[in-house]
Amino acid sequence: MDLVSATVRWFTDPADWAGTSGIPNRLLEHVAVCAITLGIAVLIALPVGLWIGHTERGSRLAVGLANLGRAVPTLAVMGIVAPFTTLIDPSLGFIVFPVVIAMVLLGIPPILVNAYTGIHEVDRELVEAARGMGFRERQILLRVEVPLALPVLIGGIRSASVQILATATLGAIFGFGGLGRFLVDGIAQQDVGQTWGGVVLVAGLVLLSETVFAVAQRRLISRGLRAQAAAAPAAS
Amino acid sequence: MLDWGWLTSHVGAFADRTVQHVYLAAIGLLVGFLIAFALALWAVRRRRAYPPIAGLAGVVYTIPSLVLFAALVPITGISLLTAEVPLVLYTQVIFIRNIVAGFDAVPADVVEAAAGMGYTPNQRLWRVELPLAVPLIVAGLRVASVSTIGLVTITGTLGDRFGGLGFFIFEGYSRSFSTEILAGAVLSIALALAVDFLLVRAQRWLTPWTRPPAPADRLAAVETGA
Repeated sequence: MDLVSATVRWFTDPADWAGTSGIPNRLLEHVAVCAITLGIAVLIALPVGLWIGHTERGSRLAVGLANLGRAVPTLAVMGIVAPFTTLIDPSLGFIVFPVVIAMVLLGIPPILVNAYTGIHEVDRELVEAARGMGFRERQILLRVEVPLALPVLIGGIRSASVQILATATLGAIFGFGGLGRFLVDGIAQQDVGQTWGGVVLVAGLVLLSETVFAVAQRRLISRGLRAQAAAAPAAS
Repeated sequence: MLDWGWLTSHVGAFADRTVQHVYLAAIGLLVGFLIAFALALWAVRRRRAYPPIAGLAGVVYTIPSLVLFAALVPITGISLLTAEVPLVLYTQVIFIRNIVAGFDAVPADVVEAAAGMGYTPNQRLWRVELPLAVPLIVAGLRVASVSTIGLVTITGTLGDRFGGLGFFIFEGYSRSFSTEILAGAVLSIALALAVDFLLVRAQRWLTPWTRPPAPADRLAAVETGA
């Protein structure tokens, strides 16, 4: 098949593996920016989500904002951020900042909403029992609620990760590097091998992220709960 | 910072691109809805079919949009089909979940009462269950519309003939012209909000006995695509 052979040819051409526009460097750019962004999004959204879930304070506002964030078109977010970031740094602004800011903004909602719902859905009787046993609020959150909600919390980070990987590809439209370059340049240059090479690379990265987090979700269920789940497999 | 002269002189272009944006989104939503409705009906009748259908639609939703557009270009070329297939695919998970949730929300005693009154299963579906499922179906339509309107901007990667209001984001970037980028971004968000508002009104008008409910996946937060 033409498509397959063009893709294979692209992957096997040594020129595609060299220099700043080579596969290793683009892959590194993509993964590095996504990892940093995911880290920032987690640092912002997780504490806020946990706090809201535990105290129930400001939950409507947070969920409303998060839903709004989810509804806003990705490309438009970058478009809105781009002109302002050029004010900060004309040379860099157009390339890095809009992409990173958009990625952080779009990574926050799933983490925040899942952290809130995960904690919120923990059985209140368990929380009361912990309180009765003399646990302090912080202990209740960290030793009762978080372990119980962990798969849901990871689920939020998992969807944020996919969202961020996808948004990073869109960054290529604004001159950002990463794997999106192969997609945007491939289409523009009508280069089938490069386009599909990019498709394979991004799809592989998404699949990897999904797998890693899915495994983490399963592994990080606390032992007591896993025994319970094995006893009653009908749920979920 | 804004070039007001450029903005006022391009009102006509904004209108043309808005029409294109609505046109591209409407095709995707209409075709997407028809396919999802058939799949959802199937899933409602044969419960076993639901998990694989919803699961597959969810997996499709995790594919980054630019990847899906790019993947199709070598196959279907720079064409309307290349623009619409991803739009249709991304609506599936939203529509299917909400349509199934809509039918599930129909009270069992109402269905029984209809059966007792001699409605055939078909009449029951169209005249009892469907009207009662409308609020959740419209809730799904709202989410799908906002999402599809956002995705239409990305069809701008396929060139000047596509993109709707997203065209201005692409052209503005290539000309390093902030005003144009902002115009494209703000107008496409405004279009999404306007359509959402109209759908809320439409739902009040269609089902005056209800208030608009939250979409089925409002708090679920499982998948997200861009």
